[in-house]
Amino acid sequence: MAKVIVVTSGKGGVGKTTTTAALGAALARTGQKVCVVDFDVGLRNLDLIMGAERRVVYDLINVVQGDAKLPQALIRDKRLDTLSLLPASQTRDKDALTDEGVARVIGELREKFDWVICDSPAGIERGATLAMRHADIAVVVTNPEVSSVRDSDRIIGLLDSKTERAEKGERLEKHLILTRYDPNRAERGEMLKIDDVLEILSIPLLAVIPESEEVLKASNLGSPVTLNAPQSAPARAYADAVRRLKGETVAMTVPSEKRSLLGKLFTRRAA
Amino acid sequence: MTSQTQTRPPIRFRGRSFLAVVLAPEAPIEDWLADLDALAKRSPAFFAGRAVILDVTALAPSRDALHDLVVALNEREIPIMGIEGAGAGSLGPGMPPPLNGGRPSGEVAMPGEAPAAAPVERVTGAKSLMLESPVRSGQAILFPEGDVTVMGSVASGAEIIAGGSIHIYGALRGRAIAGAAGSPGARIFCRKFEPELLAIDGLYRIADDIDPSLRGRAVQVWLDGDAMRTAALD
Repeated sequence: MAKVIVVTSGKGGVGKTTTTAALGAALARTGQKVCVVDFDVGLRNLDLIMGAERRVVYDLINVVQGDAKLPQALIRDKRLDTLSLLPASQTRDKDALTDEGVARVIGELREKFDWVICDSPAGIERGATLAMRHADIAVVVTNPEVSSVRDSDRIIGLLDSKTERAEKGERLEKHLILTRYDPNRAERGEMLKIDDVLEILSIPLLAVIPESEEVLKASNLGSPVTLNAPQSAPARAYADAVRRLKGETVAMTVPSEKRSLLGKLFTRRAA
Repeated sequence: MTSQTQTRPPIRFRGRSFLAVVLAPEAPIEDWLADLDALAKRSPAFFAGRAVILDVTALAPSRDALHDLVVALNEREIPIMGIEGAGAGSLGPGMPPPLNGGRPSGEVAMPGEAPAAAPVERVTGAKSLMLESPVRSGQAILFPEGDVTVMGSVASGAEIIAGGSIHIYGALRGRAIAGAAGSPGARIFCRKFEPELLAIDGLYRIADDIDPSLRGRAVQVWLDGDAMRTAALD
């Protein structure tokens, strides 16, 4: 039986889809059978970031509504044969997702894979609640910015009340991934510090992804950053996150200021 | 003239709730009235100015019996503002109007009745709500029965409304509304003070009006007459 992860956030544009693709690829690299599911019906981005946009024939809605069978809609990744994608539909209405249909598809995916990672739409509407409903683990993605942190807090509240596990009285495992973190700017007070975010949200930290141009580069090449540049700082942070999800204890590497002697001289001169 | 009528504000409807005393007479009516007289003798002003509702569900009187009962109560200067549980045909002109949709709110203490038992009862019956987890943005906790204790933080955008005091063992970043059931003695305590709004017994203060030197500290808030006071605890 697979573990179902929902990657969610309150605010849009914080890096949910990037995180879903990066975590999925990093897990698949370790030999686990992984399926990434795009729940963002109406927008559809995960297939682009995974580089599979030309291979979409059937999508999640088709499977939910019974027009296609699950194996017809699953797209096998060309680089990793343990990685699959269930894309979303751009043309259909987001209300086309039904609760029973989603429950059935997640049930089928659970039997086929080791991990099912659902990329949730942003916000608190139906699409987001449907995506989180059947999750065992929630990964909340946040930027070090107040609006993003507050909306994430709202989402954590929903995770504690609107999911199947919460309704059964069980605890849903919740983790935080802080993306686009820049230690220099945090030090200057231009963005929230890691401790501030953790204090407000009070859920365990899974990873801190440093702000890096590698992420944007990988997205535009249609390749998860953990495949495109596995040695880059963000890819290593995602790889550590995956090891923590699998239950390993890995020391948290927090991006710190990179200051060479030259850099120190320059900043001193500037100050 | 017409311009004057146009500038008049539209009629506004407001809600207001009073605690109504419910009298539920029991048969035989004569004995029940005698008990009522004995009670009225002990505390003559008990019914003065109170909203009294007559509940005849258990009695199910005839039209004439109900009329006699209302007359008997009027003689004792008990004003009946409405009748609950009477049959459709038994209320005519000159009778109080029928009422429905009332919600029970517990016993009303009679003055001079078992004075020793009442305070003890109130102490043991004091209810409080304990929240083990943080209160998240968008959540509203409503507990009009008594105190609310939060072991975690109250996030910005969250709201706690308590009939009594509010105790927060984390940071208060949202709204804390204490004494919502009309108790000016209620207080707000928190370990880290960053509130959006504070209110006690209807008096409120927003974040901008709060002394910035208290931010981030352990603070208590209470009412001193019509003024809201804040003080650091450490």
